[in-house]
Amino acid sequence: MEITTKQYKRCDLVTVKGRVDSATAPQLSDAFDAIVHGGHYKIAVDLGGLDYMSSAGLRALLAVQKLCKRYNHGEVVLAAVPVRIHEAMDLAGFLPLFKTFDDGTAAVGYF
Amino acid sequence: MRRFFYTYMRTEIFLANCNQLNDMREFVRQAASDAGLDAKQIYAVQLATDEACSNIIEHAYEGRGNEQIEITCNVQDDGLIIILHDHGKTFDLDAVGEPNLTANLSNRQLGGLGVYMIRRLMDEIHFESSPESGNILTMIKRKSKGDKE
Repeated sequence: MEITTKQYKRCDLVTVKGRVDSATAPQLSDAFDAIVHGGHYKIAVDLGGLDYMSSAGLRALLAVQKLCKRYNHGEVVLAAVPVRIHEAMDLAGFLPLFKTFDDGTAAVGYF
Repeated sequence: MRRFFYTYMRTEIFLANCNQLNDMREFVRQAASDAGLDAKQIYAVQLATDEACSNIIEHAYEGRGNEQIEITCNVQDDGLIIILHDHGKTFDLDAVGEPNLTANLSNRQLGGLGVYMIRRLMDEIHFESSPESGNILTMIKRKSKGDKE
């Protein structure tokens, strides 16, 4: 799994590629931790390059969403969610919890 | 062009460690493909297996790194049967509550999500648990009706 973070004027864009499971999800959480530790709570997550994500990834996303929205007037939005992952998120009841965009540019533009 | 499917039963033993999840998923992915399942079903099989094995690693084996999970793939004419066998803590699958999927963000908890996903992703699951045999989870995914090329 590969994670890159890019800072924009009004938000941070996290791009995730590869597979998120119980082994790699901690790295994703670390990347989110680094962003919020820096006082940034508006995050766009580009999942376009993701081949696979288990509930470990959903947990990481939920944790950062709670932190950003509830305590810091921020928000985490998702971009380019692959169809299989979108289906799994739907199954897990996650779609109402995240705004989704077609691509990273649109997601960044939201902020 | 007719596609021929074949039936087989294959068992592999994996170290119960998260860094083995990819190999576990690949093992069932191949069987799911051989069973003639479609792309969505193959993903579902991988995900269900991952969720189940992650639970075994974390809960049945309490994160100990030196245990094993035995995975059997039974490729049949009408689909795939996956059997996961571990010798960890005995467990009552029916006692795992459903996560509240309509809770708002602050109240959303994730306990029980893995089990819930397994039940939704697979067509049928069975679970036995005893100190003598350990935990045995059987998951079944059936082919869709009609020819899938």
